[in-house]
Amino acid sequence: MTLKTRQLELEVLRYDPEKDSEPHFQAYSVSCPEDWAILDALNYVKENLDTTLSYRWSCHMMVCGSCGMMVNGEPSLTCKTFIRDLPDKVRIEPLQNFPIERDLVVVLDDVMDKLQRAQPWIIRQDDPPPPDVEYNQPRAALYKFKQYTMCINCMCCYAACPQYGLDPSFIGPAALAMAHRYNLDSRDQGKSQRLDILADHDGVWDCSFVGACSEVCPKSVDPAAAIQQMKVDGAIEWWKQKLPGGKS
Amino acid sequence: MSIARKSVVWGLFAAGGTLSAFLFPAVIALFLLVALGRVPPGLEFANLQAFAGHWVGKSALFLVIFLSLWHAAHRLRVVFHDFGVRRDKAVANAVYLVAAIGTVMTAFYLYRI
Repeated sequence: MTLKTRQLELEVLRYDPEKDSEPHFQAYSVSCPEDWAILDALNYVKENLDTTLSYRWSCHMMVCGSCGMMVNGEPSLTCKTFIRDLPDKVRIEPLQNFPIERDLVVVLDDVMDKLQRAQPWIIRQDDPPPPDVEYNQPRAALYKFKQYTMCINCMCCYAACPQYGLDPSFIGPAALAMAHRYNLDSRDQGKSQRLDILADHDGVWDCSFVGACSEVCPKSVDPAAAIQQMKVDGAIEWWKQKLPGGKS
Repeated sequence: MSIARKSVVWGLFAAGGTLSAFLFPAVIALFLLVALGRVPPGLEFANLQAFAGHWVGKSALFLVIFLSLWHAAHRLRVVFHDFGVRRDKAVANAVYLVAAIGTVMTAFYLYRI
């Protein structure tokens, strides 16, 4: 059986900082089999129509998180966005809220720095167990944070977040979801250390719970929930620190 | 780095939001009933005054009004931010001042009942 093909009109944002004074759209007409994803169409353009087009991709299977772009205005993982679900005219732009490096490639330095600030690794106050002993973790404890481990840092949530768009000093959804993943981990002892940073002024409080981050997440992570739970943790931590006998 | 003081107003906002989400539908339904002339027994003026006159009633009313005021204040502050008003400090001072005055007035009037 041969697959039906459709003629897709792609409007792709192009920007070469060395030549262009501002970004512009370029149109490509691509004959696409119905089972193609947008990433396949872009690869077709790159291989057959225009070798100068720049975009990021690697795995083509929703694991690497590098092919996040705006597809018809929606932050999407282009390897997971299928032609069959789209109209004949598709506009592809780089992720919103980020500076453009070139064409569909954005500068991610800011969020990389923010991910570091979230300290997404296990922090221990006690000595770690000896190397030949494993950390034991009951299944129920794993399920508390498991969904947050699914984040692939595609940054679609930052492109969707209106607060990050308004104020880039906001630490943002993915970094906070990653931090919350470790705060909820029964092996971790770094929650109050993380909250000192993440519940500070440009931390969790700037989130106004729009929830767009959770809606666009291609891995069904729920950063909005993580942030609200961290606000509760932050509020409790504040009282713990201020009440008499609390830690300074 | 330390936990921001925003956590305190957020705590009041969250508590007020949770409480009013539960209570206000009931309050609206009761208002509609009263407006339609069907005053449920127990909601007559004398009963309500007796409720507001007892210290348990006073405390409950104070808690609901106080938390709702701070919820509204913080929500307004966020709305201003979302509409692009970039004077957060001035907005925060104004809305929290109104909430604080409202809190004091609530306490005063409840005390006088």
